[in-house]
Amino acid sequence: MAANGGALLKVKNVEVIYDHVILVLKGVSFDVPEGGIVALLGANGAGKTTTLKAISNLLRSERGDVTKGSIEYLGERVDQLSSNDLVKKGVIQVMEGRHCFEHLTVEENLLTGAYTRRDGRAEIYKDLELVYDYFPLLKDRRRSQAGYTSGGEQQMTALGRALMARPKMILLDEPSLGLAPQLVEEIFDIVRRLNEDEGVTFLLAEQNTNMALKYADYGYILENGRIVMDGEAATLRENEDVKEFYLGLSSGKRKSYRDVKHYRRRKRWLA
Amino acid sequence: MDFLYSVTADPVLQIVEDPVFFLQIILEGLMAGVMYSLVALGFCLIYKASGVFNFAQGVMMVLAVMCMVTVYDAGFGILLALLVAMVFMVGLSFAIERVVLRPMVNQPQIILFMATIGLAFFLEGFGEFIFGGSSQKIVPTEALHIGRDALLIPMFGSEIRLQQLDLTAGVCAALLVATLALFFQKTTVGRALRAVADDHQAALSVGIPLRSMWVIVWSVAGLVALVTGIMWGASSSVDFSLVLIAMKAFPVLILGGFTSVPGVIVGGLIIGVGEKVAELYWGDALGGSIEEWFAYVLALVFLMFRPQGLFGEKIIERV
Ligand SMILES: Nc1ncnc2c1ncn2[C@@H]1O[C@H](COP(=O)(O)OP(=O)(O)O)[C@@H](O)[C@H]1O
Ligand SMILES: [Mg+2]
Repeated sequence: MAANGGALLKVKNVEVIYDHVILVLKGVSFDVPEGGIVALLGANGAGKTTTLKAISNLLRSERGDVTKGSIEYLGERVDQLSSNDLVKKGVIQVMEGRHCFEHLTVEENLLTGAYTRRDGRAEIYKDLELVYDYFPLLKDRRRSQAGYTSGGEQQMTALGRALMARPKMILLDEPSLGLAPQLVEEIFDIVRRLNEDEGVTFLLAEQNTNMALKYADYGYILENGRIVMDGEAATLRENEDVKEFYLGLSSGKRKSYRDVKHYRRRKRWLA
Repeated sequence: MDFLYSVTADPVLQIVEDPVFFLQIILEGLMAGVMYSLVALGFCLIYKASGVFNFAQGVMMVLAVMCMVTVYDAGFGILLALLVAMVFMVGLSFAIERVVLRPMVNQPQIILFMATIGLAFFLEGFGEFIFGGSSQKIVPTEALHIGRDALLIPMFGSEIRLQQLDLTAGVCAALLVATLALFFQKTTVGRALRAVADDHQAALSVGIPLRSMWVIVWSVAGLVALVTGIMWGASSSVDFSLVLIAMKAFPVLILGGFTSVPGVIVGGLIIGVGEKVAELYWGDALGGSIEEWFAYVLALVFLMFRPQGLFGEKIIERV
């Protein structure tokens, strides 16, 4: 662990190009410490999803390529692994928009999460009960087709399905998307409990800056494929620019966008 | 008026006059339908799991049975012949995944479809090269314990003939479908295959390896092709003209829905019965050989009014 400076995941100067021409990530660097909840914030189109998919190796199936930089997990380069290998190593993504298997039941969805495990049926069913403990709602809906459950239930199914892989780290993409505020809070509470009780590390991509900074320890702000700011969650929440541009709180005098632009010039990958 | 009479009242009268004959026709239709269902089943499996409409399914069917017959004719036992044919189909699936599917992943469906057309022609040439194309081959029905006689079932003072071959095909189809259903519903791999069919990306994200899934599903389709090929081959002989029979799978798929196993079964039966009944009772009035086009016209009607087929999976629209 020392070799890795204490970080579970180290993303260094990663550049991603879609379709051989569309440059989307322009040198993104950040660390995720073991046992932390790190938020990746930014507006729609900033490159959050692309970053997560670069880590989980789901880019290739979308004609995206990591053309520069490196991704290290537990001190080991993982950018050439398949997503299957990565899940076996303990990193799993919960995709934006949940992506449940619609025609499978909720329970079948959960069980597919255990596909890569080789520790036997008993262990897997023990974890199924654990997931039901965290999401009692899912237990009632276990026999329903996932496509017919509500948005909140689908988000829980997707998260529970990822848990079934026994991950060290979950890459969670916009869990709040399209959910009522109270449900969002419920989901984030569960994220926190999973983090504290099960020791799962989270990398959380969110547009909902307010919520994410409430639950994360540390945050990075992504703009146009670059990280423009980072800091402890509490510090970011108090930052004037974050307040104005991401939290929608204005401290009175209106700033022009140009004033914050200097953040872009900071090259985070030197960190 | 004559025409109206001959398409409406007359067929009904004929049916009432000789109901046992009508039952006989239905039975023959069902048996033919089972064969159509079997062919369509192979298409359906591959389409479900990989979104590829495999034009080469018909050729795969002929290759499978040719391989089996060639090994048997070379003097090896029937069990070994079956085993070799199975291994051959699994090996073929590995090769197809490596050479055709993997480089084409993420291409639009139409490109993959074109690729399978190419594959069909290649496999036909390849098959003729290794198994010899010219000589017709005969499925060893005795060795497979497929009877060639007809059973006579007494019914209302008359009797219905049932070919043993048809009966065997029906039983095999039922067993095959039941096994597949168990495999898809009850096993981890089967569940993963259904997951892949639902959402490729999500399946990848939970670590299901798509490549192995494709090999598995093509192998399963290959085994279905072997059973189908044996049944079709047993009722005539084995050569590449059997590929044409696979064309009957298209209307069956349209009728049943491309992604539904029960749909494919029911679709096949409907077409089998429909074309026999149409031919016998409406054939004269409509100028004969209805059997040739009935399935395609029925499919066309379905495309207009129910494009997802009888049992096509409903697209769940809800977020
Ligand atoms: N498959 C793709 N092909 C081409 N461009 C893409 C693809 N996916 C995303 N993009 C582009 O990359 C940029 C970042 O997208 P994304 O990573 O989804 O942002 P976010 O998740 O922050 O909303 C957007 O401009 C988007 O249009
Ligand atoms: Mg996104």
